[in-house]
Amino acid sequence: MKIREIASLAGAEVLACGELLDTEVFSACGSDMMSDVLAFVKDQGLLITGLVNTQVVRTAEMMDMRAILFVRNKRPTPEIIELAEKCEIVVMASPLRMFEACGLIYESGLKGTALK
Amino acid sequence: MSAPLKLHFDIDGENFTSAGEASVKVKKWLRQLGLPQDIIRRVAIAMYEGEINMVIHASGGYAEVTVFPDRIEIILCDKGPGIKDVELAMQAGYSTAPERIRSLGFGAGMGLPNMKANSDTMKINTEIGVGTTITMTVNM
Ligand SMILES: Nc1ncnc2c1ncn2[C@@H]1O[C@H](COP(=O)(O)OP(=O)(O)OP(=O)(O)O)[C@@H](O)[C@H]1O
Ligand SMILES: [Mg+2]
Repeated sequence: MKIREIASLAGAEVLACGELLDTEVFSACGSDMMSDVLAFVKDQGLLITGLVNTQVVRTAEMMDMRAILFVRNKRPTPEIIELAEKCEIVVMASPLRMFEACGLIYESGLKGTALK
Repeated sequence: MSAPLKLHFDIDGENFTSAGEASVKVKKWLRQLGLPQDIIRRVAIAMYEGEINMVIHASGGYAEVTVFPDRIEIILCDKGPGIKDVELAMQAGYSTAPERIRSLGFGAGMGLPNMKANSDTMKINTEIGVGTTITMTVNM
């Protein structure tokens, strides 16, 4: 699924790397605990989270993830956005709650993955 | 490969925001060396979890990463409180992290299991009141 479609499904505002919206993601992981995310290994992933700090971007970078969707109207700080720009990770912010965001995106065809 | 094959980092135990920067640098370095992406990712995840642990459970320390022809070795050394029961600490879900750390997105008790899963060997040397040294290798 293209990141652009995810932004539109989640009614999200794009805050970093808008030029990369046509990148495809093949899997997604939703969590507020970064080590849960780090236990998930899949290429070209999307991270859905309600946690807002620089470690979210660093976690996504370690995992080679392509996009982060912040839920519950959380606003990333300029520092977070700058870090994401540097790592070429798309950052989006959605008013949806975690459960609704994951449900909508899952229903539209993007699947999660089993734990290794 | 003519680049230096060993890197040393001091890990600042006081700064949560900068935690993980050494792992980011290692990831870039391994990419420059042209190593396969899955190897790089395993090293990056294992080291990042260890680096975060040094910041949230100990008070920083140092990390040393060496690239050998057949493997990558990661040494993480801190002078923190030590780990009382290593077997227990290795269990998925076990954590002593306080609520303050959980609100920062850590404390799921998944770090050490993730380090184990992403490395080929992992050795923990720890002594209460002295510190912890974790040595991991990832085979190429
Ligand atoms: N370097 C260390 N020094 C002292 N104690 C440690 C160290 N690393 C881990 N521990 C202890 O082992 C426990 C388990 O570590 P682990 O990394 O698996 O989970 P966590 O750090 O608590 O949570 P998570 O990694 O999921 O964010 C920690 O809660 C802590 O008590
Ligand atoms: Mg940990």
